[in-house]
Amino acid sequence: MARITLEGIAHTYDVRSANAALKRLDHVWEQGRAYALLGPSGCGKTTLLNIISGLITPSEGRVLFDGKDVTQLPTEQRNIAQVFQFPVIYDTMSVGENLAFPLKNRGMDRRAIKSRVAEIADLLGLTEELSRRARGLTAEAKQKVSLGRGLVRADVAAILLDEPLTVIDPSLKWELRSKLKAVHRALNLLMIYVTHDQVEALTFADEVVVMKDGSVLQVATPARLFEQPEHTFVGYFIGSPGMNLVAADVEGHVARVAGHAIELGAHYPKVPAGSAVLGFRPDYASVVPNGGVPVQIRRLEDLGRRRLARVALGPHEIFATVPHGVPIDGAEAGLTIRQDRLFVYVNDELVPGDRR
Amino acid sequence: MSVCLERVSMVSIGESIISDVSLTVERGVMNVLLGPTLAGKTTLMRLMAGLDKPTSGRVLVDGTDATGIPVRERSVAMVYQQFMNYPSLSVYENIASPLRVAKLKSDEIDRRVRTAARLLGLESLLDRMPHQLSGGQQQRTAIARAIVKGADLVLLDEPLANLDYKLREELREELPSILREAGAIVVYATAEPLEALLLGGVTATLSKGRVIQCGPASQLYRRPEHIESARVFSDPPLNEITATKRNDLLRLSENLIVQAVGILAKVPDGIYTLGFRGDMARLDAPWQDSVSLPGRVTLAEISGSESFVHVETALGTFVCVERGVSMRQPDQSAVLHVDAARVFVFDRTTGLPVVVKPDS
Repeated sequence: MARITLEGIAHTYDVRSANAALKRLDHVWEQGRAYALLGPSGCGKTTLLNIISGLITPSEGRVLFDGKDVTQLPTEQRNIAQVFQFPVIYDTMSVGENLAFPLKNRGMDRRAIKSRVAEIADLLGLTEELSRRARGLTAEAKQKVSLGRGLVRADVAAILLDEPLTVIDPSLKWELRSKLKAVHRALNLLMIYVTHDQVEALTFADEVVVMKDGSVLQVATPARLFEQPEHTFVGYFIGSPGMNLVAADVEGHVARVAGHAIELGAHYPKVPAGSAVLGFRPDYASVVPNGGVPVQIRRLEDLGRRRLARVALGPHEIFATVPHGVPIDGAEAGLTIRQDRLFVYVNDELVPGDRR
Repeated sequence: MSVCLERVSMVSIGESIISDVSLTVERGVMNVLLGPTLAGKTTLMRLMAGLDKPTSGRVLVDGTDATGIPVRERSVAMVYQQFMNYPSLSVYENIASPLRVAKLKSDEIDRRVRTAARLLGLESLLDRMPHQLSGGQQQRTAIARAIVKGADLVLLDEPLANLDYKLREELREELPSILREAGAIVVYATAEPLEALLLGGVTATLSKGRVIQCGPASQLYRRPEHIESARVFSDPPLNEITATKRNDLLRLSENLIVQAVGILAKVPDGIYTLGFRGDMARLDAPWQDSVSLPGRVTLAEISGSESFVHVETALGTFVCVERGVSMRQPDQSAVLHVDAARVFVFDRTTGLPVVVKPDS
């Protein structure tokens, strides 16, 4: 159990290159919390995980485990457990022997091993399989055993998981997701989970670290990432469809988009002319037959449990929700946007408005 | 132009893969095959293409029997789930390859390659090699190659399944108009209900080698003609409850008996399977007419725009959909209210929807 502190961490694989794999970063990973590192491939999330695990020594900065500098220590001396994309288990051993292995290796006594293995097997729903040979198991069951091996030691500083559900059949993922949640709640461990999959990250984590091009864009709870993205990429990457982003002139309480005035829920004193982007989610924008900002309907999409409209707002194409029971026909409609869900971005970063 | 499967069956190593399928696909609409893994989507496409020969039944192309004619004598192009490109050829040469095989003149090849590349937004990438492309760009290249030769029949077998969801979102938006431009008969297989709805067109729901129902996507979604069609067309999976109606009461289990309200008030006495999708149930607030089940949350799966909340009840675990990011935590108690005005009622034995008496 530990708290992990990153102090001024940065990493470049090729010292001659100016491209940092990971740009300068300070962050504290709190004991007992579940984090996800989320971003597209090449964003630096695996580099960050490898720095924490000790596979990579960062070009700059320090890694502290409970205040102790471990920057130069190899993985074996950091007291962490790791779960990888593909199951790492011994085919010739039984499920129980696989789970016991990390404990036996550290000379724990037989009775303590037995009770810990039973506890972990129970959490993961492996009790029935304990005496089975690992060889014949399905990919899902093998990954559960692999996860169990990662969780079985109670004294680890952290558990690092690198895309652990990659090999799991989509229809079975929810079960393992729920097991992972249960394990985290029961064991009170620091867990850090790398994924490129939004659902994985938002479902698992207390806090999500969204990364792109080696930078951390936002660290926040899943709800906050959705409700108040601090970067345009977060707005786009989380949510389906992503956030609408349109160029706007912002002054005071008003944004002007393609000649139309849109009332903002906050006051913006100093936004340089022509540099602002207005962001709002399709979920909080509605097309209505009368009133609102005039838009042209391009297409209506029936998604089963909701309807979306693709509309033109001046030169911009955006998505908006068609509320239940609202008849939209013809080419013209109005757009209304929830004021408290309208955000202003400059250089892709959220500009805090004054909400008084 | 059309391809017609006429009472087609296919048996492989003693196992029935396709059972008595009759299906016509035509030019001018998007033909969507919707079904889970192993439903028979790929086999149906291979039969249409002439890659496989049916065990019984006929394949008609424009009304003419083409059952035994091999694929190389037909005008067919295919796009697979895995990105398939020639690794040693540039994007340009990948797209051009079927035209080179057909020995077209180089200025004609150039014209066609550039038209296809423009449609798929690949113009600036023509000199790249496949390994320098993202997954989305690789699949765009494969699609461009499929449409460039002007084949009569273009088959796409879960083409977006290997892309991450943002890329999938983009291509899904563009594909209908790209494929319309191709002017071919387009058949598109997917396992995803949302994709079938977005593509529009004529959808056939498939299960265990059979076509269950065929028609416009939104009609199939809202009016399943068999419980299996509703199952195939639900994500999260269709929630199901067995219920026995006697007089005005609905028995859901040994000790759970509720009033038969909503649609359930109007069906005759009998044993039914009630089917409801994730958005036909909600937590906390009842509907005007509800079947209510106390339970506890086991997991909220969060995608951002919506959350799938798994609720364990005495009748099993059900999934309901909440808008936005759900804050529900495992082990919280919750009451699941099923909307009795919208619930699907199927005959327990036949799986057919039950006809509701009109209001008197």
